[in-house]
Amino acid sequence: MAEAKARGLPRTERPLSPHLQIYTMTISMLMSIVHRITGAALYFGTLLLAWWLLAAAMGPEQFATANWFFGSIIGRLILFGYTWALIHHALGGIRHLIWDTGRGFDLKTVDTLSWSTIIGSVTLTILLWAVILLGGGQ
Amino acid sequence: MAMRTPLKNVRRLGSAKDGTEHFWRQRLTSVALLLLLPFVIWIALKTGGADYETAVATLGNPIVSILLALFILAGVVHMRLGMQVIIEDYVHTEGTKIALLMLNTFFAAIIGLASIYAVLKLSFGVAF
Repeated sequence: MAEAKARGLPRTERPLSPHLQIYTMTISMLMSIVHRITGAALYFGTLLLAWWLLAAAMGPEQFATANWFFGSIIGRLILFGYTWALIHHALGGIRHLIWDTGRGFDLKTVDTLSWSTIIGSVTLTILLWAVILLGGGQ
Repeated sequence: MAMRTPLKNVRRLGSAKDGTEHFWRQRLTSVALLLLLPFVIWIALKTGGADYETAVATLGNPIVSILLALFILAGVVHMRLGMQVIIEDYVHTEGTKIALLMLNTFFAAIIGLASIYAVLKLSFGVAF
């Protein structure tokens, strides 16, 4: 293309490789996308984790401020989302580790593993939060 | 004239010059994080929403402190590698890409050091 431009030739429209929107969405594809998104969310969420740990290390006042935030509606929603993202990314990671051994590549197993990831992460998140809300915590 | 065969060029670290290092570290840290995760969830349940004294006493335990530090270390290495791939996948302007890759490392280093500092501060001085 650079050569064509240099010689003053008209630019040829070449076909681009197909991207996301051209494929029918499958569960494994969706789980792959969600794995990346949850990974990125966990990345930025570490700011909150670091803040909470530093607040605990700094003293009662700072800790109270952080606890007030995490105890608020917004704080709890973030923590709930973070719990799900963490569990989902962990289960997705296990799926990838299974694939790394060369196993589970037939379509049926791929689908089963992908559905297990989302069903497992939602179930475990709800169970964990049931423990938090009904059990000892707060 | 190139006397090397294509195989010779690809052997050892290959054309990307870092071989399987990235892949391997991502897997190594993922296994470490999976092993530590149940413990970290347990700590989160024990300290989340707890009052200051309880939280500090739990976090001050040396075993808790060491395991948490390991989790943070594996976590920041893992997330740095993951974000590196995201940046390389979506950012194609060379300058921006290099700047973001640097920021990525800075972010992981700052989060890692700050968190481990906090964890150690909470447990240093606490009797075994």
